[in-house]
Amino acid sequence: MTAPTTALAEAVWAALGTVRDPEIDEPITDLEFVASCTVSDDGVASVRLRLPTFFCAPNFAWLMVADAHDAVAAVPGVERVDIALEDHFAAATINEGVAARAGFVAAFPGEAQSELDELRMVFLRKAALAGQDRVARPLVDAGATPEELAAMRLGDVPPSPDLDRLRKRREEVGLPHGPDAPLLLHPDGAPVAAEQVPLHLRRARLTRVGIEANGHTCRDLLGKRYAI
Amino acid sequence: MYEKDGEKYFIVDSHMHYWDASPQNWVPGRENLAKGWIDCFYGYHQLGPPETHWDWEKYCKYSEEDLMHDLFEVGHVDVAIFQSTYLKYWYTNGFNTTERNHTLTEKYPGKFITNGRFDPREGDAGLRQLEADVERYGLKGVKLYTAEWYEDSRGYKLSDPEAYRFLARAQELGIKNVHVHKGPTIWPLDKDAFDVSDVDHAATDFPDLNFIVEHVGLPRIEDFCFMAVQEPNVYAGLSVVIGGLMHARPKFFAKVMGELLFWVGEDRMTFGSDYGIWEPKWQVEGFVDWQMPDDDAFADYPRLTTAGKKKILGLNAAKLYDIPVPPECRLPTSADEQDTPGEQLVTEAAAAGSS
Repeated sequence: MTAPTTALAEAVWAALGTVRDPEIDEPITDLEFVASCTVSDDGVASVRLRLPTFFCAPNFAWLMVADAHDAVAAVPGVERVDIALEDHFAAATINEGVAARAGFVAAFPGEAQSELDELRMVFLRKAALAGQDRVARPLVDAGATPEELAAMRLGDVPPSPDLDRLRKRREEVGLPHGPDAPLLLHPDGAPVAAEQVPLHLRRARLTRVGIEANGHTCRDLLGKRYAI
Repeated sequence: MYEKDGEKYFIVDSHMHYWDASPQNWVPGRENLAKGWIDCFYGYHQLGPPETHWDWEKYCKYSEEDLMHDLFEVGHVDVAIFQSTYLKYWYTNGFNTTERNHTLTEKYPGKFITNGRFDPREGDAGLRQLEADVERYGLKGVKLYTAEWYEDSRGYKLSDPEAYRFLARAQELGIKNVHVHKGPTIWPLDKDAFDVSDVDHAATDFPDLNFIVEHVGLPRIEDFCFMAVQEPNVYAGLSVVIGGLMHARPKFFAKVMGELLFWVGEDRMTFGSDYGIWEPKWQVEGFVDWQMPDDDAFADYPRLTTAGKKKILGLNAAKLYDIPVPPECRLPTSADEQDTPGEQLVTEAAAAGSS
């Protein structure tokens, strides 16, 4: 969609940019999941979200709509949030549930047992693993040995957006993310020994390839669906 | 058979359909679901080369003539395997039932294999139906769509006790191959519906069944690969990988192929066009021509040889289904040395005391 013009609309857009697709680990604004975003003179933010297919998984769809609602509601100057997912089999249920602040279990009676915190955490852990490939791959290409990589701390790595992203994901899953934290960590937070480094890096890259391949397919499907 | 540069490839299309998603088949009151399903498929269809695109009306219901032409006259396919998918929650007569698919199997002897299905939520009646289907259609395989909607349920896991009851009975009835197809919903809905850990459990507990995970577990290829490397009876069904990525995202197609060759290996990967999502012709021809790119980003992925392509395009599935292969299409040696670098790495790591 076209860029917002007023300062408040820009702030709402920026807030939406903090909302990520939990599987793809990218902002919904970059993924073009925001179909429209307007703010009226009296502070009503109207946001319409769209997804690559009618049958995208409803739990992830819920997280994006709920997160977008919370992010926009927190913007100073926004008096009310009118947010809706469009063209999805569970759109009505999700939209009503998020608007009512009801929670996932209440919105899908009989179909769900828990809220989505654990689901979200599963994918944050994947993102934290994939991020290790993004940061470590250039070091491997430059000749770093498994011993060196096993001993390396985040503070030893040259600054980069990928490093910032990895530290943020580590923080979100409750793993060490300061300059003294090891660069390589197992998903449970255990350090990676030198002899484990080759397998660990293979798994990290596999995870990254999986996530990024999904991201490409979702972009392609969205592009076909909405002719963008 | 496909012939290129003097090499002969026996083609088994191990995942295809003869579907009816036309509006006449939409369950009244659930038209949005029936249309949403085929629209979703139509989106995937458009990830193929533009010259292979159909109009939406044909896509909803293609004819027997279309299918025979696209597979056998121009698509190089020798034997095709129907993966029956019911979806009766929103398609009145089913999307492509065993019965509908089997009309072509009967009409064209030797061209098709009919796979059935079961749904553990159907209980004793479902078991009796499975027994009748095995008797009637001579099933060697079933396709399980775990995200099928059934009454109030939005899906099931292979590790559910009821699913185990069906798997055990299927095995007793002589079924060898279980094609698992994950979808976006499951019970309970707060779990990741695409998670393949249930296949891991079932593959361990039913070592004499083969589990072919369709679209290689996408969008969970990482979980799939790490499971498959440890389970010798788990296979990677390439439907959607070739169709959805080879044309639309060639670089990522190469990466996904590299990961699969590393973790799963060319002996456990099977081609499937997913027809009518895509036609097999461009997939077969493109795959035979495909090479792992030379640039550094792909340097430590295994290469795919002509022999490997022959296995993936037909010989592996022929082995799973006991399909006779003409002598000129066989590989010169029958040495079954699995080349799976990932397996070696996992074994070494285990020996070194890590996990």
